[in-house]
Amino acid sequence: MSMTRVELETFVQGTTHYFVTAANQAATVGSPYLVNEGSPALLEYTGVITIAGKRKGIVYFTASRPMLTVLLMRLGETDMTHENMADLVGEVANQISGNARRDFGREFMISVPRVLSGAQSESPTPADARSFVIPINWRSHSAQLVVCLD
Amino acid sequence: MTALKLMIVDDSNIMRRKIERSHQCARLQFIGAAGNGHQAVELFRRTAPDVVTMDITMPEMDGIECVKALVALNPDVLILIISALADKATAIEAMKQGANGFLCKPFTDRQLTEALDELLRGATQ
Repeated sequence: MSMTRVELETFVQGTTHYFVTAANQAATVGSPYLVNEGSPALLEYTGVITIAGKRKGIVYFTASRPMLTVLLMRLGETDMTHENMADLVGEVANQISGNARRDFGREFMISVPRVLSGAQSESPTPADARSFVIPINWRSHSAQLVVCLD
Repeated sequence: MTALKLMIVDDSNIMRRKIERSHQCARLQFIGAAGNGHQAVELFRRTAPDVVTMDITMPEMDGIECVKALVALNPDVLILIISALADKATAIEAMKQGANGFLCKPFTDRQLTEALDELLRGATQ
């Protein structure tokens, strides 16, 4: 089973909804593109959700520290520690993935977030996997949502 | 009017603080927070809150299991599920286990306040 355009649109809409609602400021969410070879680049913080059930794979949100700093401020946080950055990047991944169950249903089972930090982290995607990258531009910052499902 | 005691359960520190900071329900007094279901049951036994906000996807004991455990301890507790899981089946399951309301993440401050107000209105009817 491979991803359909309609399924990818679920994640585009979920990403758009997150920024409008949680950060009270819309992001520009681009069209998904396929990465056939290699793995999409990781930024400083990455929140990874493992998907099980009817679909298997991962969904991850990867962002820079400056973007997460501004996002934390929009959420009312003043604590800009590594722990809060990690908490936030995991929570964004969790919320976008969880919202996808509106379309995918209950059998789209999501894990608690796993967080990678450091742009040199090993990619969470399997070597032979096909990943779709959804580019996100918010204020002056760029981030990515990566969807890799069988 | 006596304040009702509020306990917040979520594995994210940021979400716990956001819920504590953002709601505008004057009737609620925050008394503590827990990061998973086991911690929540322990805190519930010690503090006997009247109102609980409950995440679902958490390590160790998830929110649905925790709702069951809390309702067994006090069937009158008011529980608002606050979760990213947006499918109807999960909301229905949570209600079956004893939750009283459901708010989907992400949410605005206003949506949170309205959901808590609705929860409290339901309790007084």
